[in-house]
Amino acid sequence: MNKKMKALGLLVFFAFVAAAPLLAQEAAGAGPSEAKASLYKLSIIVGGAIITLAAAAGAFCQAKAISSACEGISRNPGAAPHIRFLLLLGLILIETLVIYALLVTFIILMVKWGQYA
Amino acid sequence: MEGLEHPLAIVVLFNRLFSRPIAALLALIGVKVKDPANCVPDYVVMVLIVAVFLVVFLGLAARKRKMVPGKLQNVLELVIGFFESQLVEIIGPEGRKYLPMLGTVGLFIFCSNLLGLIPGFMSPTSKLNVTIGCALTVFIYYHYQGMRAQGVFNYLKHFMGPVPALAPLMIPIELISHFSRPVSLSIRLFSNIFAEDVLIVVIASIIPYFLPLPFMALSIFTGFLQAFIFVLLACIYISGAIAHEEESGGHEDSQAHAHA
Repeated sequence: MNKKMKALGLLVFFAFVAAAPLLAQEAAGAGPSEAKASLYKLSIIVGGAIITLAAAAGAFCQAKAISSACEGISRNPGAAPHIRFLLLLGLILIETLVIYALLVTFIILMVKWGQYA
Repeated sequence: MEGLEHPLAIVVLFNRLFSRPIAALLALIGVKVKDPANCVPDYVVMVLIVAVFLVVFLGLAARKRKMVPGKLQNVLELVIGFFESQLVEIIGPEGRKYLPMLGTVGLFIFCSNLLGLIPGFMSPTSKLNVTIGCALTVFIYYHYQGMRAQGVFNYLKHFMGPVPALAPLMIPIELISHFSRPVSLSIRLFSNIFAEDVLIVVIASIIPYFLPLPFMALSIFTGFLQAFIFVLLACIYISGAIAHEEESGGHEDSQAHAHA
């Protein structure tokens, strides 16, 4: 009975802790936006260019990783689980950098540039 | 993309039921809520849904365990065995004691990623708030396990590098690399799931109900892959934090043999 009360108390405590994001209520307000056509155009072009370059570089480097992994497995089929594990780890780490660039593109394309021009 | 979403039915229902009591409780603590009729954001409701689902489902499935497993027990044993094999492969045989935390995080992230594909729900991991929470949990957990395995002072001494003379060079490098870990974990998970959501929205604006289907299938796969990578990197960080224990254990053995 004591153990159950302790477990229940812990559960209630963690339920309160898990609801802690409720304390982060956002402030209201956004400024008026002006029409700065050239800055908007430039930001769209730059945003598109960032993700294009990142995707091209990322695809090239992942292709190198995959080709080395395939060659390694073909030379030594017994090491296939280790090589597959290392390949997945390496691919995800390379893809992380492409995803960073995608995040920057999202931020650039979603900012209201009219506020800051 | 914030103002473009219409509120989800479940979130509206939850807010209609619980939002005013929660706003009153928060006012007791001293937090002023902008909109007391609508104070619970959608991702908090989704996190609660995932948590309740996992607790109820896994709790019910673990009740009647038979020696010859039925279908559900078989599948869940596969899942647990998958996590356990990852832990043992990376950390070694004493990695089993980290299974509760890492299995919870892995299952939570996997179910959160899949929840967004069901119409009427959203993925809580498509918000940076939730993924920073997961990443900070893993960060604090592996530092705590490292300190518990080696002692606080001994663990902090390993930040200084192999030779104590190199300490002014090694400490900033080690600090930056350690703090970049939760940043990369959270941003990787958030960006993958958020970008997949945005892709599905954009594709759905071309042909509404049929064209997103292959992209949703891809989203199931990347959801699983992101949860797997999160758990894998957490295992690698834990193994890096407790790794030095074997060296000092080896030294102790050799000293004991020398004295004996």
